[in-house]
Amino acid sequence: MNERKFKHIGTRPVRPDGVDKVTGRANYGADIDMPGMLHGVVLRSPYAHARIRSIDTSAAEKSPGVKAVLVGTDLPDLPRDLKGGPENHVTLADLSRNCLARETALYHGHAVAALAATSLEAAQEAVQKIVVDYEELEPVLEIDQAIAPDAPILHDHVRTAGMRGDLPDGPTNIASRIEFSRGNLEEGFADADVVVEREFSTPWAHQGYIEPHACAARVGEDGQAVLYGSSQGQFLMRDLCVGLLQLEPGKLKVVPAEIGGGFGGKTTVYNEPLVVALAKKSNRPVKMVMTREEVFRATGPTSASKMRFKMGAKRDGTITAASASIYMEAGAFPGSPAGAAAMCCFGPYTFPNFSIEAHDVLVNKLKSAAYRAPGAPMGALGTESLLDEIAREIGMDPIELRLRNAVQQGDTSTLGMPYDRIGFIETLEAAKSHPHYKAPLGPNQGRGVASGYWFNAGMQSSANISIHADGSAVVACGSPDIGGWRASMALIAAEELGIPYERVRPVVLDTDSVGYSDLTGGSRTTVVTGMAIIEAARQVIDELRARTAKMWDVELDAVGWQDGCAVGVNGAGDNEPMTLAEIAAGFSATGGPVNAEASVVPAATGPSFGTHICDLEVDKETGVSKVVRYTVVQDAGKAIHPSYVEGQMQGGASQGIGIALNEEYIYDEKGVLENPSFLDYRMPVASDLPMIDTVIVEVPNPAHPYGARGVGEIPIVPPLAAVANAMSDALGVRMTDLPLSPPRVLGALSEDV
Amino acid sequence: MARMHVETTINGESAEFLCQPGESLLDALRNELNLTGTKEGCNTGDCGACSVMLDGRLVPSCMVLAPEVEGRSVGTIEGVAQGDELHPLQQKFLEHAALQCGICTPGFIVAAKALLEKNPDPTEEEARYWLAGNLCRCTGYDKIIRAVLDTAAEMNGTNGAATNGAAG
Ligand code: FES
Ligand code: FES
Repeated sequence: MNERKFKHIGTRPVRPDGVDKVTGRANYGADIDMPGMLHGVVLRSPYAHARIRSIDTSAAEKSPGVKAVLVGTDLPDLPRDLKGGPENHVTLADLSRNCLARETALYHGHAVAALAATSLEAAQEAVQKIVVDYEELEPVLEIDQAIAPDAPILHDHVRTAGMRGDLPDGPTNIASRIEFSRGNLEEGFADADVVVEREFSTPWAHQGYIEPHACAARVGEDGQAVLYGSSQGQFLMRDLCVGLLQLEPGKLKVVPAEIGGGFGGKTTVYNEPLVVALAKKSNRPVKMVMTREEVFRATGPTSASKMRFKMGAKRDGTITAASASIYMEAGAFPGSPAGAAAMCCFGPYTFPNFSIEAHDVLVNKLKSAAYRAPGAPMGALGTESLLDEIAREIGMDPIELRLRNAVQQGDTSTLGMPYDRIGFIETLEAAKSHPHYKAPLGPNQGRGVASGYWFNAGMQSSANISIHADGSAVVACGSPDIGGWRASMALIAAEELGIPYERVRPVVLDTDSVGYSDLTGGSRTTVVTGMAIIEAARQVIDELRARTAKMWDVELDAVGWQDGCAVGVNGAGDNEPMTLAEIAAGFSATGGPVNAEASVVPAATGPSFGTHICDLEVDKETGVSKVVRYTVVQDAGKAIHPSYVEGQMQGGASQGIGIALNEEYIYDEKGVLENPSFLDYRMPVASDLPMIDTVIVEVPNPAHPYGARGVGEIPIVPPLAAVANAMSDALGVRMTDLPLSPPRVLGALSEDV
Repeated sequence: MARMHVETTINGESAEFLCQPGESLLDALRNELNLTGTKEGCNTGDCGACSVMLDGRLVPSCMVLAPEVEGRSVGTIEGVAQGDELHPLQQKFLEHAALQCGICTPGFIVAAKALLEKNPDPTEEEARYWLAGNLCRCTGYDKIIRAVLDTAAEMNGTNGAATNGAAG
């Protein structure tokens, strides 16, 4: 498609908000301070499962400095069918109960009460005076336990939604079940020369953003509440909070702070509705900042999974059939990413016969939230491990095996939709010809490759561009900047308007000041909000051409736009081109200020594919392993700011490596998390990792004006499998339970002898 | 509880504040002195977001009691740039896109500056081990390490071994 020559897109300028962030000036959620501000804290359940008989807050209310106390029943009791959030997927009655328990505490650390006092110390002291009468219930802590016929039930009203199959029709912990299939599975397996089948498991793993959740609220003079804080979407925060508190949307303004990482984990609310309610109740500003321990115990990591995958192939490398059975722990309320895992796990391949079933299972653990390509890394672990095993069995290069079965334009996705132009094969070829793939391995080292697919979100976005009198531009959006988005905003606007990057000021505004935009997540912002910027810029240019036509006294179609200038065409070529600054200087005489707003809701955004190569070195005495070389190959369609694309690739890969090797939630038999700190929840540090090589493949995405694709999520999809495949190569034993921690490695080695 | 009066030096200037006896230096910097450039990621000494210099030594300020800085010298991220002139590390972090969300960045810059003051020409491995106490969840460290090594190369090339500018 587009052979457009770009001037700004694809360059690497310094981000506009950079100086603030390297000097400590940037304000994040916890940096907010207001005169007379109170501090809010939360009381959390000491039990993984307990009925709340009563809560007595009288002593806490009398405690020095306390200005407002809140329990679950103070929040509106919402009907079960009331939905909110992105594309109305959130059951608000569940979300309300996750923010503050009502009838039952459903996990250790579940919020049961909140209060605000004049100092943090006063609040912490007072909250201990709240007396909760609990009736302890048996907790459900594992998938097998949760789906057993006699399991304790978390929610009496839950029946299996979706395609129930032969599951019974009564109260259950299986919140939903879905299936996808194609062809005839039995015939496919009968055609196979080789059949492999394995069970896999992955642990609860946290996004690990370095900034704990932080928010603050105040009630303004006109009765409008204002919520400040870091999140992945100010409009999302507003909609969820007004839904939970039953306010009119205009009664709450959300002002975004800088956000210190989210990775999906800041796409829902925890303290936000509470801080608004406490501010209203006390009529004072209130701030609530989670501790790291609270982040670990009571936010939304990604689900643990148990999966069984089976795959059959002919000796020539044709996969004839594949099946997957996926169970994921949703936590205390429905909503694990099991369905997304099912949608993605066979996404890269043309398997003629397959069946996938996925189950969303309730357990007495914290409610899972989105984590970067939710579910897809787990699904890819199953598929890519079995492909690796088949390649070994039939003696074929693992990339070659993938190439034989790779999807391309015209093939259909798991949902049966035809793929448009995609770059999966290009990533495989780039990986195959990369020097890394041919480099010799050292002793005790193994190499693994794995690929992945992610579908990328669309949703709604708006952008506004206004032109200053000096011809510079302000571009405003409602999508928070998590990882350099302002640089992309400015690049896109500069490209369209034809003015220097430095002449564009990108801003992220509050919910009263810019058109609606869905969250920053789903790899959608640069692509979709980017489309809104392009659209707004094109409207601005049309208006600038019209103003020029007026000045030249010619028809509109006699004015073109080139390199930031109005130029005469169609017989108006005698006119000297006018720069944007010259046109802007005449705004008052030609019709007033020029600005334009555009909103988009694209029907398709195009999927992403990536292929990773991992070299792992294993110490067989201690079981300790280390990634010694890692290469990420990814189709970015068109990289808007290549440095930040590479950054996404490197960051996603390192998060995946963390899940593969070390990170896991460890629970005791009562459902108490035993490692709620960065010391014991072991995320990769600088000395754990090598440089992470990146190869950006650019196969233009037909769904985007520049050919860009979402880049943020796909890089976390292959690493679990790439690392596991490297481990299998190094040990000669297949490992299928993550993380591949030293005790597990030693265990696998001793089983093998 | 009676608050304590503390006199200290912060970024080369004398400063005083009131704090609780058990208050951390991190909280005092952020809440009493409004120096919010120093970030909190964990409050348990495990993430490095709160890194500051105390009498020329790199410390996590969440692990230091505020009254302990009486009569001592504290260097924070706010003191790294000279007026509107960025420190070479800050410039290199920008050029290398060594930050995404940026919450870890003040801690990394303070820690990396301490590294270069002690070891002006670190190897990649030395840089990785020195910075192993600073967590970054966004970048995978690649661009951070490159920015630090590039700063060292530039400072050595253009400024010789001038490393006499201890902030704290
Ligand atoms: S906040 Fe001090 S080390 Fe994390
Ligand atoms: S840039 Fe986000 S944690 Fe380092």
